[in-house]
Amino acid sequence: MTTPLANYLILAALLFVIGLAGALTRRNAVLVLIGLELMFNAANLNFIAFWRFNPHPEKLTGLMFVLFSIAIGAAEAAVGLALIIAVYRHRRSALMDQFNSLKG
Amino acid sequence: MLNEIAFLLCASLTLAGAVAAMMLRNLVHCALCAAGAFAGLAAIYLQLSAEFAGFAQFLVYVGAVAILIVFTILLTRGADIQTGRAGSSSSWIGLLVAGLVLACLVGSIMSSPGLVRLPAQTANAPVQKIGEQLMNQYIMPLETMGLLLTAALLGGVVIAMREPAKANPSAR
Amino acid sequence: MEFIIKYLWLMPTAPLLAAGIGALLHRRQRLLGAGLAIGAILFSFGLACVAFSTTLRGGRATSNFRWFEFGTTSVQLGWVLDPLGAIMAVMVTFVSLLVFVYSVGYMAKDENFTRFFCFLALFAAAMLGLIIANSLLLFFICWELVGLASYLLIGFWFQKPSAAAAAKKAFIVTRIGDLGFLLGILYLYGRAGTLLFYDGGHGCLERNANTGVMMGTTLIALLIFCGAVGKSGQIPLHVWLPDAMEGPTPVSALIHAATMVAAGVFLIARVYPLMTPESLQVVTWVGALTAVFAAAIAVAQNDIKRILAYSTVSQLGYMMMGLGTGGVSVGMFHLTTHACFKALLFMGAGSVIHGCHEEQDIRKMGGLSRRMPVTFMTYAIGMMALCGVPLFFSGFWSKDAILDAAHHWRFSQTPFYLGLVGAFLTAFYMTRQVVLVFFGRSTNQEAEHPRESPPVMTLPLVILAAGAMLLGFFGTPVWPWFQSYLAEDNAVFDFSKLTEGGQLGIMLLSTGLVAVAMMLSGWIYFKKAASADREKDPLETAQPALFALLQHKFYVDEIYEATVVRLTVAFAMFSDWLDRKFWGGLVRAVSWLTVALARLSQTVDETVVNGSFDAGTETVRDSGKWVSLLQNGQTQRYLGAIGLAFCGLLIFLLWGSQ
Repeated sequence: MTTPLANYLILAALLFVIGLAGALTRRNAVLVLIGLELMFNAANLNFIAFWRFNPHPEKLTGLMFVLFSIAIGAAEAAVGLALIIAVYRHRRSALMDQFNSLKG
Repeated sequence: MLNEIAFLLCASLTLAGAVAAMMLRNLVHCALCAAGAFAGLAAIYLQLSAEFAGFAQFLVYVGAVAILIVFTILLTRGADIQTGRAGSSSSWIGLLVAGLVLACLVGSIMSSPGLVRLPAQTANAPVQKIGEQLMNQYIMPLETMGLLLTAALLGGVVIAMREPAKANPSAR
Repeated sequence: MEFIIKYLWLMPTAPLLAAGIGALLHRRQRLLGAGLAIGAILFSFGLACVAFSTTLRGGRATSNFRWFEFGTTSVQLGWVLDPLGAIMAVMVTFVSLLVFVYSVGYMAKDENFTRFFCFLALFAAAMLGLIIANSLLLFFICWELVGLASYLLIGFWFQKPSAAAAAKKAFIVTRIGDLGFLLGILYLYGRAGTLLFYDGGHGCLERNANTGVMMGTTLIALLIFCGAVGKSGQIPLHVWLPDAMEGPTPVSALIHAATMVAAGVFLIARVYPLMTPESLQVVTWVGALTAVFAAAIAVAQNDIKRILAYSTVSQLGYMMMGLGTGGVSVGMFHLTTHACFKALLFMGAGSVIHGCHEEQDIRKMGGLSRRMPVTFMTYAIGMMALCGVPLFFSGFWSKDAILDAAHHWRFSQTPFYLGLVGAFLTAFYMTRQVVLVFFGRSTNQEAEHPRESPPVMTLPLVILAAGAMLLGFFGTPVWPWFQSYLAEDNAVFDFSKLTEGGQLGIMLLSTGLVAVAMMLSGWIYFKKAASADREKDPLETAQPALFALLQHKFYVDEIYEATVVRLTVAFAMFSDWLDRKFWGGLVRAVSWLTVALARLSQTVDETVVNGSFDAGTETVRDSGKWVSLLQNGQTQRYLGAIGLAFCGLLIFLLWGSQ
């Protein structure tokens, strides 16, 4: 392993920010969700990197966490997408600008 | 040397896929590029000797989540929406915020003292060991995860279920 | 005496109750009003006689009580029974009783009959309280009450402007004297520490004997004498007495002849231990001057009551002279005899006025001796007592005692000569009056001829005439019972006293003067009375300037009017101006300031307080409106906010804490 830890971390950061930018800028709700998933994955990458560069990798803590995170991410994506479908049925639109009835 | 090239390849694939997923106009293209990003990430996992995680990533994300996203795009008629802007009204603010966050993160990474660490000699993560740990140490999270997945499954079905046709005619 | 002293307070209280009940009576309850007053005074007379009988052997009893306390000291009041007070009480109650009975007849036609008796009873109560008072403070209180009763009675016919003015004048002039009196009381209290007369050795009159230190200074004595000057009508405060004749005649008889004006003399007699020899000199001189001054004015007066009023002033001067030269007994003897015959003269004059249908000018009377015989007889007896006709008339003995004391006065003989001049003038004007009123031809052209007064009025006259004749025998030098009674030693019946000390010579001298005066006056005025011409007095034709001066009372009233009264009025106007413009202006300024302050406060409250509060709430609402804009329902905006917050947190954690 010759690539230093920083590379992985910076990659994860970049991935995170790209996901965040997309979630903030795109109008379609599904794309926002995709951005969210990218952010999730960036965090997972962080965990794996840190597990790998741990002096005691036989503890498997990072790996375990990532496994669970993947599962949770999948479940969350499923529920989120179901929500988008339900809202689409109600509003006839999947654009985030128009989901603004919860305002003060 | 090979590792570095491999890493660079995978990283560029992942980043390119992510950027494309966030910038393309056609939604289905976005979804597929996202899937590609996921795949690149899986490769990096493999490179980091987390084989199980890599395969799990590939299976779950590329195999399930990406498909789910494509389904949803199709169900919400996202395939034929071409009108309007791609970005929202305040996209510049969003980019600004993202850039700020990037700066913060990178800054914190570079100034972190824990960055100087050597990788472990070998990272051994055999599946057996994972299984053992799952069943011994992480049994509670495992069961909870089961519950969570059940709930998510049921919830998803309930939310996305089409309402019965014998509903009130005036409730349209 | 110890027994009586406990009940002595009933003596003034009975008339006071009568006055109190009388004040509540209706105007028509005349019998009840008169009955209450007469009954009360009868009771007081009885009590006074009993008290008198217990003091015949001399001695003094007191009964004191504490009135109120302040700090460590207390003010005590009380009453005292001694020969001086007892004889005065008997005299006052006796004369008051006769005057009350007389008033029933005199005021019978007046519609305010009941009010009259109420005031009379009040006066009697105050006078009796004054007599038995053992404390100078109680004395002063009753002194003022007597003045009040005098004011009420002089101004009894208050609808008449002259009567109201006379009442006011009386009150104010006596008040001036009372001011001096009050100052004297305060000074004495400061010096002696107590105002009780007799207190078992600690009273302010007793200290002299015990410690030998004279409690009274000349200043105190003179200040107290001021009160007597005002009340007894000595010069310069005599101006109210003649005007006081505006009141009904019983009032003049009782108050301004016998009792109230004698209160001044009684005061000096009571506080005699406080009078220093210097103050007694002043008393004598004032008395002597007053005697001559008033007698001279009386010669030229034409109102029957005014002549008697000036005669009273003159005789009071004699009493003061007697006190100053001869001591308490000399002055008090003349006071007692004077009370008798002056009351008699006034009531006789009232009878004359009543008979002449309210006519008071002697120039318009005449020949009444035939038509009003009883009145004439009693009046003549009173007149002779006043003039000092010897032997059978009390005035002779008492006036002679005074002249004798004045003759033996070691400081000067001038008061003695002034007394002789006064005696001459007294005889002169009284003869003039009697001749013009009772002799000669009647000038009364009224259809109704004067009638004799009813018995209810003539009976008191007869009783007093008897007293005027007999009272003198109690004070002759042969048997000086009166003087001994007051001095608390035994009287000895001694004929030789008559010749010692030149007394016989003085008696003969005064008798001679009186005889000359009566003959002269009779000769001048008999001719006048017989003729029809009553306008010009013979003296007036002889000495017009002098007569005018005397008739106008030496212009004293006019002098007072031009100086004191004008000054007081000017000061009053200045005070009024000051009060209205200056203090009133200040008060108005303060009130304006308060109102302005209130307005300011209101404005501040409305604009500042309310406004700030309203502005505050407005700000809260507006800020809420602004803050609510943050929640626009755009989920991506929220996510952006989370991202920014995350950056902030990171920066703070990593680099903020350095």
